[in-house]
Amino acid sequence: MSIVFYLLAALTVAGGLAAVLLKNTVHCALALTVAFAGLALLFLNLDAQFAGFAQILVYIGAVAILVVFAILLTRGSETPKDGVFSRSWLAGLAIAAAVFAVLGWALLQSARVLPHETAVPTVTVQQIGVALVGRYVLPLEIVGMLLTAALIGAVIVAMHEKVEHEKEGSK
Amino acid sequence: MTPLTGYLLVAALLFSIGLAGALTRRNAILVLIGIELMLNAANLNLIAFWRYGPHPEALTGMMFAIFSIAVAAAEAAVGLGLVIQIHRHAKTTDLDQMNRMKG
Amino acid sequence: MIENLDQIFVLLQHWLVSFLPASWQPAAGVLLSVAAIVCLFPALFALTTVFERKGLARIQNRLGPNRVGPFGFFQPIADGIKSLTKEDIVPSSADAAVHFLAPVLLVVTVFMGFAVLPMGRNMVLVDLDAGLLFYFAMGASTELAVFMAGWSSRNKYSLLGAMRAVAQMISYEVPLLMSSVAVVMITGSLSLTKIVEAQNHYTWGFPHWYIFTPWGFAGFLMYAIATTAETNRSPFDLPEGESELVAGYHTEYSGFKFALFFLGEYVAMFSISGLGTTLFLGGWSAPFSFLTWVPSWIWFFSKLMLSIFVFIWMRGTLPRLRQDQLMNFAWKFVLPMCLVNLLVTGLWRFMGDGWLRWALCSAILMITYAGMGLAEMRRQRLGPRSYRYAE
Repeated sequence: MSIVFYLLAALTVAGGLAAVLLKNTVHCALALTVAFAGLALLFLNLDAQFAGFAQILVYIGAVAILVVFAILLTRGSETPKDGVFSRSWLAGLAIAAAVFAVLGWALLQSARVLPHETAVPTVTVQQIGVALVGRYVLPLEIVGMLLTAALIGAVIVAMHEKVEHEKEGSK
Repeated sequence: MTPLTGYLLVAALLFSIGLAGALTRRNAILVLIGIELMLNAANLNLIAFWRYGPHPEALTGMMFAIFSIAVAAAEAAVGLGLVIQIHRHAKTTDLDQMNRMKG
Repeated sequence: MIENLDQIFVLLQHWLVSFLPASWQPAAGVLLSVAAIVCLFPALFALTTVFERKGLARIQNRLGPNRVGPFGFFQPIADGIKSLTKEDIVPSSADAAVHFLAPVLLVVTVFMGFAVLPMGRNMVLVDLDAGLLFYFAMGASTELAVFMAGWSSRNKYSLLGAMRAVAQMISYEVPLLMSSVAVVMITGSLSLTKIVEAQNHYTWGFPHWYIFTPWGFAGFLMYAIATTAETNRSPFDLPEGESELVAGYHTEYSGFKFALFFLGEYVAMFSISGLGTTLFLGGWSAPFSFLTWVPSWIWFFSKLMLSIFVFIWMRGTLPRLRQDQLMNFAWKFVLPMCLVNLLVTGLWRFMGDGWLRWALCSAILMITYAGMGLAEMRRQRLGPRSYRYAE
């Protein structure tokens, strides 16, 4: 368990904690970006270079920007008057703690029977490409259709404004 | 504690942090942030098992994680579009105030 | 002797590193290369600022800076002293932490892109197998820094400029990636060194650069357009247009932080021109086979400075595009052309060698270009140019 792993794990968990605990929503989004970056570095530590760079490109380059745009478009940067945590925060916290307790217990119990380390896999991008159009072509095509549907759906969902206003104006 | 256990514990911790965020915050966007954290924790789990599992040359874990990243991006886009539309309608993103089915 | 000149920096690095014990040598070699990059590109940036000001001035029929040093070439030193000694003003309602981190994040992500560019034979800092993906990942992180700068200033104009800049950068990210995917399709690898090596062959003295193929030429044009938009250069510089938004997302920055933004923008220009050179113009390979005795790094930096010259030329010549015109252009013209380019690249790859594939690919690209251009012009009801003279 190298020092690099501990540092990266600490960075990621700190980013995650900040993302759910901070009061200012934009700060939460930026802390989420730090968590994503920490995760990408953890992927690189696990020799999954393609997944790590894809994580940076997709999550930090697209999802984080989506989140900040949504925060700006919904005026989330103003502090709410009733506080940032909901009324049932204790129940939520208890559930999350219970989930972590169960997962942690299961992990530590099964630590004896987990497989031993294998050699470092050498994964080239060419192997990934061949796998994507060979063995995993069906998921690839389905994800393509899913992304197209999500793109069209998101545009339509966020766009209905003009049609409704026109209808109300003509009544 | 093997390295695999370390990664899995980090993933479990991130998952519970994301779950706590999704269950306790008022703002709808923060719930989505919690969901993204949970998805990322699952990705970390997948990659850790791919690396320390029996057949890393089959690339199954890495493929699963890549598809998960793509699907999570799509889900974030649609979810945030919905949140923006809800804000237009109800003028707020406070989930505690959206406790009625009547629009 | 010629190979020594070509590899002079590599040999210099090995010689300097040989003074250290063997276990420290790899890390020291990498640190030395990083130091070289961090010193060289800001120096090039200083030179480019004076070239740009004098170039723009000459295009606009005036002289440009000519007071400091011979023909004004020490102007960057004066600019540097000014930036470093100006007071660092932070607005009182600004978000201090994010305001400080935005230029830092911008400069860090921009410099990370240089790690995978092959600047000469054997002169790449890290030869990553997924080098192109790493480069684009770093480019995507730049957008977040721009947003952070605009939001943390608590200034409506900064925020507006930042949102416009991020929207523009995201819109043009797709053509940027797709025109690079065409190159990857033909080369069969994401590694930038392999892409350059695939272009380093000569037929009858002419190089096999990808720009000399139909799909490569179209791809290069779209890459150039996307590059100009990604780095917020004219004619796509509405987010920082001085007459529109004061200075856009870096309005509230002064002194050293403003200098960092300026540095970040120009170094991003170098970085993305370097990538364009690697992908389409053959990287460090010489234009003709009888010129291969010239060191490879001279060719790389010459092509880089040529691209910068074209950027400056475009800035002085073309008018600025409005935000909606620029987004329309990206999604309705450049993106479909990129998709057609991918189709044509596939055709090129799987048709046999010969004149038929040249003719077919060029025909498809030109017909699509002309068709879409005519459709767009008809939609905008553009007629022949009319002149109105003052009376």
